[in-house]
Amino acid sequence: MPTNNNIKLFEKQQKVYPKRVWGKYRKIKWLLMFITLGIYYLAPWIRWDRGFNAPDQAILIDIPNSRAYFFFIEIWPQEVYYITGLLIIAAVGLFFVTSLFGRAWCGYICPQTVWTDLFVWVERIFQGDRQKRMKLDKSSLSFDKFWRKLATHLTWIFIGLITGGAWVFYYNDAPTLMGQILNLDIPWSVTGWIIALTGSTYLLAGFGREQVCNYMCPYARFQSAMFDEKSLIICYDESRGEPRSSFKKNTSWQGRGHCIDCKICVHVCPAGIDIRNGLQMECIACGMCIDACNNVMDKLSLPRGLVRYDTELNQKLSEKNRENKINIWRKRTIFYISILLITSSIMFYGLSSRSPIELHVLHDRNPLFVQLKDHKIRNGYDIKILNKTHEDKVYKLSVSGIDRPEIRIMGAGNISPDNLKVFADSVGHFRVFLTSYKQMFLRQKLIFYVEDVKTKIKQHKNSIFLSGKE
Amino acid sequence: MIQDDKDKHIDEYSGIETTGHEWDGIRELNNPSPRWWVWVFIVTIVWAIGYWYVYPAWPTFSGDGFRGGTQGSINWTQYKQLEESQNEILSRRAENLEQFQKNSIEDVMKHPQLFAFAVAGGKSAFKENCAGCHGSGAAGARGYPNLNDDDWLWGGSIENIYLTIKHGIRTDNPKTRASSMPSFKGMQEDDLKQIAAYVMSLSKSWHYTAEGKTKYEQMCLFCHGKNGVGNPSLGAANISDSIWLHVEDSNPGIVSQIENPKHGVMPAWEGRLDDATIKQLAIYVHSLGGGE
Repeated sequence: MPTNNNIKLFEKQQKVYPKRVWGKYRKIKWLLMFITLGIYYLAPWIRWDRGFNAPDQAILIDIPNSRAYFFFIEIWPQEVYYITGLLIIAAVGLFFVTSLFGRAWCGYICPQTVWTDLFVWVERIFQGDRQKRMKLDKSSLSFDKFWRKLATHLTWIFIGLITGGAWVFYYNDAPTLMGQILNLDIPWSVTGWIIALTGSTYLLAGFGREQVCNYMCPYARFQSAMFDEKSLIICYDESRGEPRSSFKKNTSWQGRGHCIDCKICVHVCPAGIDIRNGLQMECIACGMCIDACNNVMDKLSLPRGLVRYDTELNQKLSEKNRENKINIWRKRTIFYISILLITSSIMFYGLSSRSPIELHVLHDRNPLFVQLKDHKIRNGYDIKILNKTHEDKVYKLSVSGIDRPEIRIMGAGNISPDNLKVFADSVGHFRVFLTSYKQMFLRQKLIFYVEDVKTKIKQHKNSIFLSGKE
Repeated sequence: MIQDDKDKHIDEYSGIETTGHEWDGIRELNNPSPRWWVWVFIVTIVWAIGYWYVYPAWPTFSGDGFRGGTQGSINWTQYKQLEESQNEILSRRAENLEQFQKNSIEDVMKHPQLFAFAVAGGKSAFKENCAGCHGSGAAGARGYPNLNDDDWLWGGSIENIYLTIKHGIRTDNPKTRASSMPSFKGMQEDDLKQIAAYVMSLSKSWHYTAEGKTKYEQMCLFCHGKNGVGNPSLGAANISDSIWLHVEDSNPGIVSQIENPKHGVMPAWEGRLDDATIKQLAIYVHSLGGGE
């Protein structure tokens, strides 16, 4: 029977109070926050001229008209497979970065990390650094505590509001919507999204924080599958640091490690862990502990790097035998690179060979064919011509593969197959009758051609001509 | 499983009370529900109360029969929503219908939107009223004309199709289309065969006798015309083409039609369908490809 009464099966969440730190990685983190938030907030405002018949917003997902625009790329709903390609590139790109640099994504540019960082900064402005915040939380309610807390939460909500506010610009014309928002004349769909994203930003970055990474994020968990002993992780150099003990001036380093047990690495950690216990699943590899420890090492005039980015393999080797930290030519990285290359070349080929015309032909099912008076046979087709350009176009329809076909277009007025008008950025639907003599084969293969009268760009589609029951 | 308060005890590992449930020696800790969960639960209750206030929620004993219940502050019901969207469709249809009725058939045929409106309306009316005999693709069957082809007993112009639908064929409508081919039952079998051979020769290369031709010209020519081209004003079939409605394109088939003629019947739709629908049907049938 166990006698230990200290085992806790349920641990209450401990609030993390990350301490302020300054150093190389903190600088990188600020810079990346600036860049990523800048892209997020400003990208919908970039203009891109597509002519008279199309929106001039560079990045726009136009749901009512079912079009998506990304600079020079425009996709129609049936071309969503391009998004599959983008997702594959994004995922494998992430795997590639992870296998080289470890959880660099988590530590620096994951939105959860960026917004949490921003929220902690707001917290620090109104409530002070770690010690003050801890004291404030323990103190009983006073006017001072009240206004500091209120200001923090209001600022968080404001940041949430502009986060949600920026999101909706990707789905609407930004200047128009901005005008509507300023006039408080906002469509319900937009209001809903703003409220939802304000709420999620406020909750996830204000309260969820490291718990999102620990309990909610699947990527944090399956990343370990991309790690190997040559991936960069944050390491505490145990051989150099131990045995640790507190330090007094003018004492010798003989017989003791360089870690002075100041716990600064623990205090700055946004995940609330002690990196000296080794690699842990909570670690998002943001490098704050490295900055903190390096600052201490500088003060003690000891070499930097007691805590550093390094590979697991190097930890096991003696200092002389250590390899280069970043080793790009490994089986798994080569595998990721080849997937990236294949996917992006398919995407590039697909996008660059995308035709401005698309043709669809549907042979009538009922009746399959019609016997005419003069022994001729008639087949009917539903033909759709997709004009993917931003100009009104005139197309010419022709057919090859059967003898002396007569093409007739059924519609209002007289429509000639040489003169099929399709408006810009839309689908032309035509009822087409093909009349000819009984063919050699009851099921004769044929090809429909559609040609842009001006540019001579052609597109074709296979179909059949039936002249009897098989 | 034992469920008894006597079995409740403090767990020696965690110091937490158990629920008293036990499965093969495994006990269940009585931890409190997670706080976030409790909060979500409370929020859903508050939300529900707000919902009851805004939307119709609770059935009441008063009220107008099956819709009896609390009305909600915004006075919204699914019935009203349905009515609104139906009215929207009906009013949009009414606009097109008004334009359609105002314009002559010739004008409709030149106007893309009205033409599309006519074809769509005609198609759905056809499925409902005509497909039973003519088939959903209007391809017909033996005895029921195929409306896709260009062979018309009573004429294939829109005007003629319209009149045929309106007044029907061989009905008691005063303006019905009607005609009847006489039976030549008493005729000698040899003569019948010779006439049939001549008729066969009108649509394909077939051997016939001069006697057969003479007999045809004496007895059939008046309605079916020289060379068998038929006469739409009498409903006399074109027997020189490759389309055969009632019988097979063979000597015995033609003989049987001469001896015992079969006639099609089609109801008059005047009074059963409104004039606009009959017009739509005529345009739809004409657009199937065989219209003249």
